[in-house]
Amino acid sequence: MAASVKPTFAKEEPMTAVPSIPQGISIAAAPETSARMKISSLDFYYGKAQALFKINLNIASNRVTALIGPSGCGKSTLLRTLNRMHETLSHTRLTGQILLDGENILKQDVTRYRRRVGMVFQRPNPFPKSIYDNVAYGLRINGHKKSLDEAVEHSLRRAALWDEVKDRLNKSAYGLSGGQQQRVCIARALAVDPEVLLLDEPCSALDPISTAKIEELLIQLKENCTIVIVTHNMQQAARVSDSTAFMLTGELVEFSPTPQLFTTPSDPRTEAYITGRFG
Amino acid sequence: MASRPEVLRLNQSSDIRRGLTGMLGFGSSIIATLLSLGALFSILAYLVVHGIGAINWAFFVREPAAVGEAGGGIAPSLVGTAILVTLASIIGFPFGIGVGIYLSEFAKENLFARFTRVAINTFIGVPSIIAGIFVYFILVKPTNTFSAVAGGLALGIIMIPIMARTTEDVLRMVPDSIREAALALGAPKWRVTMGIVLPAARAGVITGGILAVARVAGETAPLILTALGNEYFPSGLFHPIDEITLRILKYARGPYDVWHEQAYGAALILVVGVALGSLLLRLTTRRGMVRNE
Repeated sequence: MAASVKPTFAKEEPMTAVPSIPQGISIAAAPETSARMKISSLDFYYGKAQALFKINLNIASNRVTALIGPSGCGKSTLLRTLNRMHETLSHTRLTGQILLDGENILKQDVTRYRRRVGMVFQRPNPFPKSIYDNVAYGLRINGHKKSLDEAVEHSLRRAALWDEVKDRLNKSAYGLSGGQQQRVCIARALAVDPEVLLLDEPCSALDPISTAKIEELLIQLKENCTIVIVTHNMQQAARVSDSTAFMLTGELVEFSPTPQLFTTPSDPRTEAYITGRFG
Repeated sequence: MASRPEVLRLNQSSDIRRGLTGMLGFGSSIIATLLSLGALFSILAYLVVHGIGAINWAFFVREPAAVGEAGGGIAPSLVGTAILVTLASIIGFPFGIGVGIYLSEFAKENLFARFTRVAINTFIGVPSIIAGIFVYFILVKPTNTFSAVAGGLALGIIMIPIMARTTEDVLRMVPDSIREAALALGAPKWRVTMGIVLPAARAGVITGGILAVARVAGETAPLILTALGNEYFPSGLFHPIDEITLRILKYARGPYDVWHEQAYGAALILVVGVALGSLLLRLTTRRGMVRNE
């Protein structure tokens, strides 16, 4: 479904007026890829309340997949199930199947699985530790004991934060701005080299400049990583994603290549949402 | 204006009444505060006036003088207090913090967790002499001797529920988002608890620990049944030991003026010690606590 993306959308898409994709990064450069994650007939319940209804979604490898929809539509819930974060809450129930590389994620060891599928949350949530220790945390719990310096630097560079923090690595991450904290969290997730990176409205608490940096970063990251991003911001979905899923009241309404979803949506509800008639 | 219902119309007499009620409320709360502060300060002043004469270098480093004679000190009580509090902490901290961690991080909302929570809250309210009686029957009678270990055990038992409650409370203040961040990186639950949550709440746990120590350092009743008291430096952990409140009790009830003065002196040291401790605590732990926003 999300296999091909037209290279033209960055120019033609009317909603991409705000920070454009930087020169030299072509969103269409990656070759066609297959589905990395397959979600089929996924139902999810909080207690008796059903939050997700028969979700079927294929997440393409080395692409950015965006989940959009109004508040409460289940997009964050769906994202959290992909990291099995729903298991931290009691009274939740999940039926259906989620496959990563053809293997049922619910049957795998949860800590091992989460090391492959990283997650960045809505609000920056650094640990009350130094910047260095934040980024090194994932490596340390994986048993890497020494010479983490290189990995920490590499992760901070990938998160476009290295130059800003290289002189204060041993200072608390709490002293950074919100945008910098969020990039620490991204660096922390990247340090363990995840195969899939899930982002839950990563820019909702950030100013436009930090947002632009993170969007730039996502486009670079997809070379090595499969990305799923939940966003409230349709312009953001249009700017960074290759395909977009529109959700409403727990159902997946439409899933198309991003340019197509934003220009010629096939479902009238999608059109109503993206033109601002509700939500 | 004309269309406003009668009840909403402002009138002057209700304004005056409201003003009076407000003044009454403010006045009575300020009076209550001043009276309470006055009581506390007069206790302190009373201790200073009557006890300052007893305090000198010898008071801190000497054993008590012969009965009724001037001079001597309360050094065995100070050493005993330190030993008893240390023994109590060895028991109270690990068990109390352990229970707190269980309740905050691992307990699901099941019957056992609810029972544990009720039990902890009940034990905080139980008079401390109950711990004394318990230890008297399980340790003092079987070993046939009052001892430092028995006193420490009684105080430790008193510390456990206090530490458990404080630990649970401060761990709950650590935002879930931090736990999620660590879990999402593939950290197992116990590692998140020990490596992230507990360090984030460190300042709160330390504060709670010091308050618990201050609380048991001022206990008397359970020690009468367990540590007994001693005129001399303790000769071992399985021998009777003195504690500052036991010393105050003995001297205050005695017939000699010099004892009375020394009782005030010891009480003054206890109060100033606890006050200095909590002041130091405020200065050192003002920063570093992570809270929910």
